[in-house]
Amino acid sequence: MTKEVMEYDVVIVGGGPSGLSSAIKLKQLNPEINVCVLEKASEIGAHILSGNVFETRALDELIPNWKELENPIKTKVTKEKFLFLGKNKSISWPTWLLPKVQQNHNNYIISLANLCRWLAEQAEKLGVEIFPGFPASEILYDNDGSVKGVATQDMGIDKDGNKKDSFESGIELHAKVTIFAEGCRGHLGKQLINKFELDKGKNPQQYGIGLKEIWEIDEKHHEEGLVMHTAGWPLDNNTYGGSFMYHAENKQIFLGYVIGLDYKNPHLSPFDEFQRFKTHPSIKKYIKGGKRISYGARALIEGGIQSLPKMYMPGALLIGCDAGTLNMPKIKGSHTAMKSGMIAAETIVEHFRDNKSLSIYEEKFNKSWVHKELHQARNVKPSFNWGLILGIIFTGIDQILFRGKLPFTLKHKHADHEALMPAEKMPKIDYPKPDNIITFDKTSSVYLTGTNHTDNQPVHLHLKDPELPIKYNLEKYDEAAQRYCPAGVYEVQMENNINKFVINSQNCIHCKTCDIKEPSQNINWVTPEGGGGPKYGNM
Amino acid sequence: MKILVAVKRVIDYNVQIRVKEDNSGIVTDNVKMSTNPPDDNAIEEAVRIKESGKAKEIVAITIGEDKAQETVRKALAVGADRGIHVKTEGIVEPLAVSKILKAIVEKEKPDLVFMGKQAIDDDCNQTGQMLAALLNWPQATFASKIEVKDKSLEVTREVDEGLETIEVKIPAIVTCDLRLNEPRYASLPNIMKAKKKPLDQMSATDLGVDTKPRIEQIKVEEPPKRKAGIKVANVAELVNKLKNEAKVI
Repeated sequence: MTKEVMEYDVVIVGGGPSGLSSAIKLKQLNPEINVCVLEKASEIGAHILSGNVFETRALDELIPNWKELENPIKTKVTKEKFLFLGKNKSISWPTWLLPKVQQNHNNYIISLANLCRWLAEQAEKLGVEIFPGFPASEILYDNDGSVKGVATQDMGIDKDGNKKDSFESGIELHAKVTIFAEGCRGHLGKQLINKFELDKGKNPQQYGIGLKEIWEIDEKHHEEGLVMHTAGWPLDNNTYGGSFMYHAENKQIFLGYVIGLDYKNPHLSPFDEFQRFKTHPSIKKYIKGGKRISYGARALIEGGIQSLPKMYMPGALLIGCDAGTLNMPKIKGSHTAMKSGMIAAETIVEHFRDNKSLSIYEEKFNKSWVHKELHQARNVKPSFNWGLILGIIFTGIDQILFRGKLPFTLKHKHADHEALMPAEKMPKIDYPKPDNIITFDKTSSVYLTGTNHTDNQPVHLHLKDPELPIKYNLEKYDEAAQRYCPAGVYEVQMENNINKFVINSQNCIHCKTCDIKEPSQNINWVTPEGGGGPKYGNM
Repeated sequence: MKILVAVKRVIDYNVQIRVKEDNSGIVTDNVKMSTNPPDDNAIEEAVRIKESGKAKEIVAITIGEDKAQETVRKALAVGADRGIHVKTEGIVEPLAVSKILKAIVEKEKPDLVFMGKQAIDDDCNQTGQMLAALLNWPQATFASKIEVKDKSLEVTREVDEGLETIEVKIPAIVTCDLRLNEPRYASLPNIMKAKKKPLDQMSATDLGVDTKPRIEQIKVEEPPKRKAGIKVANVAELVNKLKNEAKVI
């Protein structure tokens, strides 16, 4: 059956900061261009999860009068702390000794989800058509091999692939230019990178997993505007990661943990490390007597400029963290994602007007402040391959003394999925049981995400080899999927003395960690039925 | 035949409800809202009746703040012909809703009024019944099957004892159960078309309805937490505990 076709000048896949900034910029530059944004979440913002300490540089350029408008950017950073954690102790590091990129005055503590909702309102006022609940599930190509658009997912397919009574065919959206802005490890972006070899000559991409909770805490422990980061415990010297705690408005704190997905120990569980971290006296004192109100997790990009793929191809652009524009030492990606989207808009306007090739994206990007930032930041993450202590010493030299201008570039040598060591060679980790006050299990956590996928639909986590989890991963890695998934999607269950690999896909919070970390790249994340996944509020 | 369908904007059924710290109500900021699920069944049934040629027009109505219009737009995207939004602020109790609907019924003169059997936020299950009383129309509540006859409806109702089939004369009020049908998805082209369908706006005052609450809400509390279970060593201990601690046997 042929699908219905709708034509646009520009179709944007993904309603996050980069896609929405791109849409707004396009309309500002030329209101005649018709622009459509597809979003897989049930509403804009419902799949957005981020720290977030926001640098307004890109927003200042995009909407210069944003301060005069009703907006969700309220809490200015007023105080900063950086702690090195030992098991029970902590050492406070003076913030004036932090690299400049890690200093946050002039920045704001925000909910990125709410910022996206606000950007969507601005975009709609300019005439952008936004369709939440419609995942782009397929890339469409023209006969000459260029990208012609995307198709949205069919709705109402049962778990065996048959059409239900409620079946509603997806449609084809054709565009002169398609912008892919799916965020980290977009499932279409991944296909484009392979097909057009966009990562040729680049280092393998590096990822992290970020876990976040929102707590409502006791007034006397709450300091609106306080930004605190930690390194050290509970991670060992060889595992890259750290925490954040941002004191937002309404007595809320945004508490989170980021762990590099290049960790080696298959027994490690990022979720449980985060839970354990909260029991440290320096952290517990804030949340004691408080209430956890939200939970979520999302993979993020850590590769920086060395791993940044080419961002243009015939008929399409790849922007934000779908390519990988996050600035790791700054621990920020929203402003760079937004800027990459704005550059995409400028490129497309010139492409339409002067018939210029989309390859001018690269020139524009390389001249922009995003490139400068990422270039200065490039050596920080790879230096942590030498461990936390050497990494910090090197970062101090690189960032404070040389401001990122050392005349060499360190490389990322391995992809994250190659990092796991065999289970028998690595120490088991004994995680404490949740107390349901400070620490929790995965089930009650996923409950807070509001995650749901319509019953009776095909599993959206595809195994290339369905036997591999039990036949290979279980013995070699004690099937690490049981632990790297922050939502308890993967389980190994014993049934009649036979191990069975179970995928609870309805729990999936769309973080993409499995797609990244599975050692044989055996798991392929595809879009489930529209509107499925988490329903994050102010994450 | 003309069908009026009432739809309500409520907190999405997947969202965990949180009570405000001062117990004055529930948290609605930063919370995903959507159409009350059985209202989707009501719209779907109206659209199916129209598709079978037995109805000519479907009017979707919602009552609430500006954002409630989203629910009407969704109804328009799955097949309603036009929409009405009656603007109100704060809590609107079932009686006020019924009075507003009565005023709209007198204006629009529909043959049938459909709505969900109850809203999942306050679980009142009163509006349809009150509207039937105010209009002095027959009512069929908890409908899980509707058959349109010449000048009546044959309605199967979900009741405690099982299923009950009744016949009501048209005009009538029907409140819909989740088992009535499986609501369709709004397709992308239909969402676009829905943006162009007419949506009239008015306020409760325009209709001469006073929406001031008649009930004073004193406080809202979370249900008590369930205590953790324990493991017993053997049957004897279990029986002992059931007898002496729980005192259930």
